[in-house]
Amino acid sequence: MFQEEKLQKIAEGREKYDASVEKALARFPERRKRFVSGGGLPVDRLYTPLDVKDQDYNKDLGFPGQYPFTRGVQPTMYRGRFWTMRMYAGFSTAEESNKRYRYLLEQGGSGLSVAFDLPTQIGYDSDHPMAQGEVGKVGVAIDSLADMEILFGGIPLDKVSTSMTINAPASVLLAMYIAVAEKQGTPAEKISGTIQNDILKEYIARGTYIFPPKPSLRLITDIFAFCSKSVPNWNTISISGYHIREAGSTAVQEVAFTLADGIAYVEAAMKVGLDPNVFGQRLSFFFNAHNDFVEEVAKFRAARRLWAKIMKDRFGVTDKKAQMLRFHTQTAGSTLTAQQPENNIVRVAVQALAAVMGGTQSLHTNSMDEALALPTEKSVRVALKTQQIIAHESGAADVVDPLGGSYYVEALTDEIQKQAEEYIAKIDELGGMLAAIEKGYVQSQIQDAAYEYQKSVESGERVVVGVNKYQVEEDNSGRELLRVDPSVGENQCRKLRELREKRDNLRVQTVLDDVREAAKDESVNLMPRIVEAVKAYATEGEICGVLREEFGEYRENIVL
Amino acid sequence: MSDRKIRVVVAKPGLDGHDRGAKVIARAFRDAGMEVIYTGLRQTPEQIVDTAIQEDADAIGISILSGAHEHYFRVIVNLLKEKGSEDIVVFGGGVIPDGDVPALLEIGAGAIFGPGTPTSQCIEWLEKAVAEKRSKE
Repeated sequence: MFQEEKLQKIAEGREKYDASVEKALARFPERRKRFVSGGGLPVDRLYTPLDVKDQDYNKDLGFPGQYPFTRGVQPTMYRGRFWTMRMYAGFSTAEESNKRYRYLLEQGGSGLSVAFDLPTQIGYDSDHPMAQGEVGKVGVAIDSLADMEILFGGIPLDKVSTSMTINAPASVLLAMYIAVAEKQGTPAEKISGTIQNDILKEYIARGTYIFPPKPSLRLITDIFAFCSKSVPNWNTISISGYHIREAGSTAVQEVAFTLADGIAYVEAAMKVGLDPNVFGQRLSFFFNAHNDFVEEVAKFRAARRLWAKIMKDRFGVTDKKAQMLRFHTQTAGSTLTAQQPENNIVRVAVQALAAVMGGTQSLHTNSMDEALALPTEKSVRVALKTQQIIAHESGAADVVDPLGGSYYVEALTDEIQKQAEEYIAKIDELGGMLAAIEKGYVQSQIQDAAYEYQKSVESGERVVVGVNKYQVEEDNSGRELLRVDPSVGENQCRKLRELREKRDNLRVQTVLDDVREAAKDESVNLMPRIVEAVKAYATEGEICGVLREEFGEYRENIVL
Repeated sequence: MSDRKIRVVVAKPGLDGHDRGAKVIARAFRDAGMEVIYTGLRQTPEQIVDTAIQEDADAIGISILSGAHEHYFRVIVNLLKEKGSEDIVVFGGGVIPDGDVPALLEIGAGAIFGPGTPTSQCIEWLEKAVAEKRSKE
C-alpha cells in the first residue's frame, strides 16, 4: 500500500520514537503495563503505515457495494437512506404491545421489532404449567392468530418491516404474520421483515431451544425453501452473535462463532439441494455493539470481509447479494449498569455510533433502565432519539466508512479477521459447529472469557464507572419502572379457553394431523401445513406440541 | 465453622435462558472452595428443591432475569417448608428491581444480589449464612 522507500523511513522514525518513549517511561510511566481492547486483544501504543503495509487496497478493502464489502454493502450507504431505526419492544398483552409499536412509529421509528414472552419463544401456550409466572414478562404473549391480529392491528404490513425475535417456533410465528398480512389485504410476496430463526446460538448462548439439532435444521431449511418461492422479501434467518457476546464472549469470538453458525446453515441448506446464490441473499446477521469503539467498528468490517470470502471461496457463491453480510445491531445490554442508570445513555450513544461507523443496516438502542427492569416509555424515547441525533447531527452518516484507512482500524480489522479464521479452522477440525457445540467447546470458550472479564472487573483492572469506581450512594427503589400487570397471565388463559370453545375444533384436528404427517416425512415442506394450521386458529402450543411429539426435545449439555 | 465444604445448588428456574451470571457465580463459588451443583436451564421448582435435598445442599442460589422472580422464590421457599427443609439457605440474583427486594426477603430469601455485585461479596455472605445455619444443626 505504501512505497518501499517511504516505509523504510517510517520504520526508522518508529525506532527513534520507541527509543525516546522508552527513556521517558522511567519518569512518566503509562497508566498500565499492558493495554488490551474491550475484547481482550493487545493494543499497541501507536499505529502507523507499518501495521498495514501488507494490506492491498483493491483486494482487502475495495469500494462500498463491491466485494469483499469491507467498506460497506451499499455504494452510498447512509447518504441514500439511514439505517432502519428498529426498537425491540413487546410486553404484556398484544393490545399493550400494539400501543407501544404505534407510539414508536409515531416517534419516527422506521421498523418494528417484536419481543415475545418466554412461553411463546419456547412453544408453550400461556396456560401450560411451565408458563406460570412468565406470561407477558419479557415480551408479548402470543398463543394464536387471534393475538397476532391484535398485535398488528392498525399497522400497515405492506409498509412496515417487522423483525421477530423468534427461533425454535419461528415457522409458526412467520405463518401467523403471513396470515395477518393476508387478512389486511397484503399478499405474502409484499411483506418484508426478519425472523431470527437461529437455533445454533440458542444451544450456545440464549437457551430458548425446543427440538434437537437435526429436526431444528430441517425446520430452518424448510423456511428457506418456502420463503424463496412465496415470501421473497423476507430475511429467513438472522444469524446472531449478539447473544454470544452477551454471554461473555470476546469480539473475535463473536465474529468467529457467528460466521461458523452461518457456515453450518449454508451447509445444511446446500445438503437439501438449495442454491446458496439464491437463499444466500436472504441470510442476515445480528451483532452486538460494545463499548470499545474502535474495536467494534473493526469487528463489523472484519465480519463483512470474512463472510464474503467464505461465501465466495468456500461455497462458490458468485451472486453479489449472496456474498454480502447485512446486519442488524443492538447495543450491549450486558454493559448497562444498575448503578447510576443515566450513565447508560452515554454508553449506548458510544456503542450506537460504533454500529453506524461500522455500517449497520438497522439498529436497536437499549434504554437506560434495562439493568433494572423493562424500559419505560420515556427511556425508550431517549434511546430512539440517540439514533436520530447520530443520524442528523453527528455527521457520521454523511461519509461512507468514515474510519476506513485509520492505521489502527485497519490493523484491528485484519487482526480480528485473522483470529476469527483460526477459530473457524479449529471448529472445522472438531467436525463443524454442531459437533463443536455438542462437545461443549464453544460454550466453554465463551464461559472462560466471561469469567476472565468478571475477574478483571473485580480486580479493578477494568473500570466500570459507577460500579467499581466513582460510586455514589443512590436509592433506586422509588424509581419509575415498567411493571407488567400480574393479571396478564390469567387474561391470556381466559382468552385461550374462549378460543378453544369458539373455533372449529374438527378443522383444528385435521390441520394438526397434517402437520404431524409432514413432520414424519422429510421430503414434505412443513411451512404450508403450518400456515394452514394457524389460519384454523390452532395455537402455537398445539402446533409445537405435535412437533415435540414427533421430533423430541433437546437436552442441554451442561458445561461449567 | 466446620471443615465440611459448603454445598450450594446454583439454579435456573423456569424458562429464562440467561445463564452467564449463574455460570460465573458457580465458578466463583467453586474457586472459593465450595462444592457447586449447577442445575442447567429450565428447572421446575420441584426439580430444584429435590436436587438440593438429594445433594444435601446448604444453600440454593436462584438466578433469574425474566421478571418472574417473585413467583419462583415463593414456590421454592414453600416447597422447602413442605418438605421440612426450610433450613436450606435461599438467595438469589439477576435483574431484580430494588423495589422488589423487600418482598423477596419477606418470602424468605436470605439475600438478593443485583447486577454489578462483586462475586467476593456473594461468597462472603454465603459463608456467613451457612456457618449460621450449621451452628443450629
